Amino acid sequence: MDTDTRLSGARQFIEALPHARALGLAVEAVGDGWATLSMPWAEHLVGDPRTGVIHGGAVSTLMDTCGGAAVLTHPTGALGTATMDLRIDYMRAATPGQAVTARADCHHVTRAVAFVRAEARDGEGVVAVANGTFTLERPKGAVL
Amino acid sequence: MSRPRPEPVQVVKRRRDAALTALFESVPYARFMGISFDRRGDELTGIMAYADHLIGNPALPALHGGATAAFLEVTAIVTLSWATIWDDLERGRLSEPLTADTLPRLPKTIGFTVDYLRAGLPRDAYARARVNRSGRRYASVHVEGWQDNRDRLFAQATGHFLMPDRPAAERS
Repeated sequence: MDTDTRLSGARQFIEALPHARALGLAVEAVGDGWATLSMPWAEHLVGDPRTGVIHGGAVSTLMDTCGGAAVLTHPTGALGTATMDLRIDYMRAATPGQAVTARADCHHVTRAVAFVRAEARDGEGVVAVANGTFTLERPKGAVL
Repeated sequence: MSRPRPEPVQVVKRRRDAALTALFESVPYARFMGISFDRRGDELTGIMAYADHLIGNPALPALHGGATAAFLEVTAIVTLSWATIWDDLERGRLSEPLTADTLPRLPKTIGFTVDYLRAGLPRDAYARARVNRSGRRYASVHVEGWQDNRDRLFAQATGHFLMPDRPAAERS
C-alpha cells in the first residue's frame, strides 16, 4: 500500500470513531506499525479551569486511539484491535492553548497480542508517556 | 455533660452536596463527559451518563477506551479529594460558600493504569474508588467500573496522585 492510500485509510478509520471526533483527533502521519495523532486545545477538554490545562483523561484518549492506530498499521495485518491495558505517566501539565501530539509505536506482536509504546508532546516537549497491550484480531485461518 | 444537639439533616445534606458539587462541576471536561456523582454518606459512586459521542467502536458498538479511562480517572480524583476534605467539611473548617475557588485544589495524576476487562456497552457506567494510601504528598487509589452488574467489572484502574499543597498553618 502506498503512503497516501494508507494515510487516507487511517484518517477515514479514526474519523469514523465518534469519541475521537468529539475530541477533534486528527491523523498526522502513519507508517509501518506507527501513527502520529494530534488533539487541538479546546475549552471542553479543560481539567483545571483556573489554568486552562487539559484534563489527563483527554490525553488518555489521544494515547489510546494513537496506540490502536499503530497496531492496525503494523505489517502483521490485524483486522481489529482493542486495548487490554494502558499505563500513562504524566510528566507535566500540557501548556494551555497548545495542541498535544502523540506518536505510538507497535514495537512487538505475537499471535494474539500487540505491544505499544507512546509519547505525547506539546510545543514545549514531552507531556506524558504510555505503555500498553492491545488484542490482535487476525483473519480466520491466518498462518504465522 | 450534655451532648451538642445534632444539626438538622437538611443542613448536613446541603453542606455535603454543595462541597461535592463544587469538586467536579467547575471542571469543563467532567461536564463534557457527562460525569456526575451519587453520594450516600461519605460514599461516592461516579456515573457516566451514556451519550453517542462516547462511542469508540461504532461496529459493536462499544465505549471508547479513552472515555472509560477518563471516567475512572475523574472518579479516582474526586473520591480522593472528597476523602481529604471530609473531616474539615464535617467540622465546619472550610470557608463558606463552598466553591471550586475556596476548596483545596484537586490532586494531580502522576501515573494511571487501566485494565480493560470487557467491552463498555452503550449505556450508563458506574465507578467507585478506594483510597488505599493517602499521605501528605502522595496517594494511591484503586477504582472499579461496571455497568449492569456490580460483580462484572468492565474496567479497573490504579493510580498514584500528587496531593495539593496545604496552607502552612495546616502543616504543623
